[in-house]
Amino acid sequence: MAETATAEPTRRDFLFIATGAVGAVGVAAVAWPFIAQMNPDAATIAAGAPVEVDLEPIAEGQIVKLFWRGKLIFVRHRTPEEIKAAEEVNVASLPDPEADSARVKEGHAQWLVVYGNCTHLGCVPLGHAGAYDGWLCPCHGSVFDTSGRIRQGPAPTNLPIPPYTFVSDTKIQIG
Amino acid sequence: MSGHSTYVPKSAVAKWFESRLPIIGLVHSSFVAYPTPRNLNYFWTFGAILSFMLVAQIVTGVVLVMHYTPNASLAFTSVEQIMRDVNYGWLLRYLHANGASMFFIAVYIHIFRGLYYGSYKAPREVLWILGVIIFLLMMATAFMGYVLPWGQMSFWGATVITNLFSALPIVGEPIVTWLWGGYSVGNPTLNRFFSLHYLLPFMIAGVVALHIWALHVVGQNNPAGLDVKNLKKDTVPFTPYATIKDFFAVVCFFIFFAWFVFYIPNYLGHADNYIEANPAVTPAHIVPEWYFLPFYAILRAIPDKLAGVLAMFGAIAVLAFLPWLDTSKVRSATYRPLYKQLFWVFVLCCIGLGYLGAKPPEGGYVIAARVLTAYYFLHFLVILPILGLIEKPRPMPGSIAEDVLRKHGGAPVGLASGASAEPHSKG
Amino acid sequence: MKKTTLLIAGFLAAAVATAVPASAAEQAKPPRQSWSFAGPFGTYDRAQLQRGFKVYREVCASCHGLTRVAFRNLSQPGGPEFTEGQVKALAAEYQIQDGPNEAGDMFERPGRPADHFPPPFPNENAARAANGGAYPPDFSLLAKARTYERGFPLFLIDAIPFFEYAEHGVDYIYALLTGYREAPAGTTLQPGQYWNEYMPGHAIAMPPPLSDGQVEYPKDEAGNPVVPETVDQYARDVAAFMMWAAEPHLEARKAMGFKVIIFLIVFAALLYFTKKKIWARAYAEEAHG
Repeated sequence: MAETATAEPTRRDFLFIATGAVGAVGVAAVAWPFIAQMNPDAATIAAGAPVEVDLEPIAEGQIVKLFWRGKLIFVRHRTPEEIKAAEEVNVASLPDPEADSARVKEGHAQWLVVYGNCTHLGCVPLGHAGAYDGWLCPCHGSVFDTSGRIRQGPAPTNLPIPPYTFVSDTKIQIG
Repeated sequence: MSGHSTYVPKSAVAKWFESRLPIIGLVHSSFVAYPTPRNLNYFWTFGAILSFMLVAQIVTGVVLVMHYTPNASLAFTSVEQIMRDVNYGWLLRYLHANGASMFFIAVYIHIFRGLYYGSYKAPREVLWILGVIIFLLMMATAFMGYVLPWGQMSFWGATVITNLFSALPIVGEPIVTWLWGGYSVGNPTLNRFFSLHYLLPFMIAGVVALHIWALHVVGQNNPAGLDVKNLKKDTVPFTPYATIKDFFAVVCFFIFFAWFVFYIPNYLGHADNYIEANPAVTPAHIVPEWYFLPFYAILRAIPDKLAGVLAMFGAIAVLAFLPWLDTSKVRSATYRPLYKQLFWVFVLCCIGLGYLGAKPPEGGYVIAARVLTAYYFLHFLVILPILGLIEKPRPMPGSIAEDVLRKHGGAPVGLASGASAEPHSKG
Repeated sequence: MKKTTLLIAGFLAAAVATAVPASAAEQAKPPRQSWSFAGPFGTYDRAQLQRGFKVYREVCASCHGLTRVAFRNLSQPGGPEFTEGQVKALAAEYQIQDGPNEAGDMFERPGRPADHFPPPFPNENAARAANGGAYPPDFSLLAKARTYERGFPLFLIDAIPFFEYAEHGVDYIYALLTGYREAPAGTTLQPGQYWNEYMPGHAIAMPPPLSDGQVEYPKDEAGNPVVPETVDQYARDVAAFMMWAAEPHLEARKAMGFKVIIFLIVFAALLYFTKKKIWARAYAEEAHG
């Protein structure tokens, strides 16, 4: 029993390092399920599948609110004046320069589909309000135009566009 | 024994901090320099195993609560969503459900180790009573946790156990109504059980801290039941000696745990609890979780409702009086030839009660349960007090070091000073 | 004294042993079947689950729900693993209640993979009314919600690695489906009840649900079914399907368990040698010092 006192320091060191390393791997492996469980579960992911929206009932000038993946989306049936106002802006002068044509699908300029949360801190802007008759955020006064672009106030970017495609002339699929 | 810290802060920052909050010194004196008897066997690793299990239960529990809904109409479904949809939800739930059983397996081994080696005797009475309190808190926690999935056994278990209090004269009925928050077990009951199930583990952790504190004041008992006489010869420092041994034991225990979680996760549960709670239908056999069975058998053995309830609680309460019921001055059963045998009879008696607790309360089972219940109390109230007076102990080794010497067949024992300071363990 | 102790122990043991009563209404023990998903390396047989689902759909689904299972589950790994296209088409065959719409009305639409199987009856009372007072239980968890007593000492052996047994529920379901017999002489059954060997109490309200040739199974090239179209095979397949429905992550669980246990054994071995090295010091110092 006495021989191990001073002998073979390298082997002993190797044993201690190996044990410690395996232990560390074990702790990391155990941590993963506890982290992964907070990600969206299978039902949430499945419920986030693309949804189809029928545009037929939305009258000109109307804004419809709907949800996809728990996020609010505005679908706005724009009037010709609103489209004109959106298109005639000098893009370079905007805080977040983006042409109106880049924010709608070609040939469907009357349909604006944007996420419905202000890019400042996430409040829901009020439709048909503000200096540009687009949206006005009641929380901190961000003003959006009829293309959902930021014009005044603290919001840093335009209202983002969710992924969507036109299935037919009167039907879109979001997602 | 852990009063004086040998920790000396080296850096200026450590010195600054230590003079304001001496927590590193506290940890050092409690878990590094703390002297542990060198003759401890593997039954002494169950304290560490229990600490790990408590942490595991709290961690998995906190995570399960992120997905669980404590509402009578949603609870069962939310548990099923955990099992089916949540990432690793099945793993977390099976860990938590089987973890409760593992916790009890470990605590029963821990308790019976204390009984065998006389760990409850002076000066460890307070330590022992704190342990009994932890045991009671564990039972309350486990019981309320089992109600949360809101299956048939949850519901009927809650109904039966809360009805125990109705045995009390006059105040019984109002107490039960108060416990339920209604006129039957229902949504208010589920909600308060959920709240308490979340609270109690932290109370357990608090009492565990006291338990460890008390342990470190009086020092650990050991298989020889002897007091430490010479720190150098009789003890080794907690780190690395006890820590590495505890780690090894914990991992071995986890192998056992993993077997249940991954291969027979429902072995210790009840099939009926996969049926949603239904107040109109009682399952054919209402059986509590296995760890309650001996006490359940005692409850049913007594034909009178109030007496049965009192006997059941008395079976736990009697443990708190054990330090004074056992009149023998000798701690370890190793040197108590009669107690050693009667200890094993008592173990068999408890297993027998557990078996009978799972059987329907009819015919021969009831008679057998009565015999074993009588013996259970006889053991504590008659046998132990008398045994200490008539038993002739076997000769004991003079010191812990001598005990080690005996077991290691003449190997040199004793620890030279300084060995404890080697910071070798990296695991 | 040793004799006295033995006497006490013997007396206590005898008290327990004699307690075992000759209980009259013992439930018949379902015979143990061999299942692909049993054992530490068990996996579901995809083809069997697909056949079992077919049996469920064509025979059982009119009365028994599967409400905790979503269509999407049928294509997830470790299950019947239908293709996503198949699942989409299957889901669309069901009408799912949704709403309310703009007018405030609930409406029905074709199912999507994210939807759950709709219940066959709107509520338990409707189910009972349609089934002569009996409630056909939902299938989602039934394979875990049913069991039978194994008795001593079998229940202990059931926990031992490589002898372990966790298929009580499926064995019971298979036995029940194949356990319809002529009622023995002298038994009285209520109208609408049938005699089943494995049903506790033997009286069951469900008529024998399966018959040979009832469900068409996939054919091989010669046009013969790959497995026999018999009650025995149907029962086996639908029981396996129910096991999957109740425990959809069984394969992942067992696969992970193998890795975890191997890891823990290696780790324990390393800790054991580390412990030995460290403790060797406690004995060595003295010898040298």
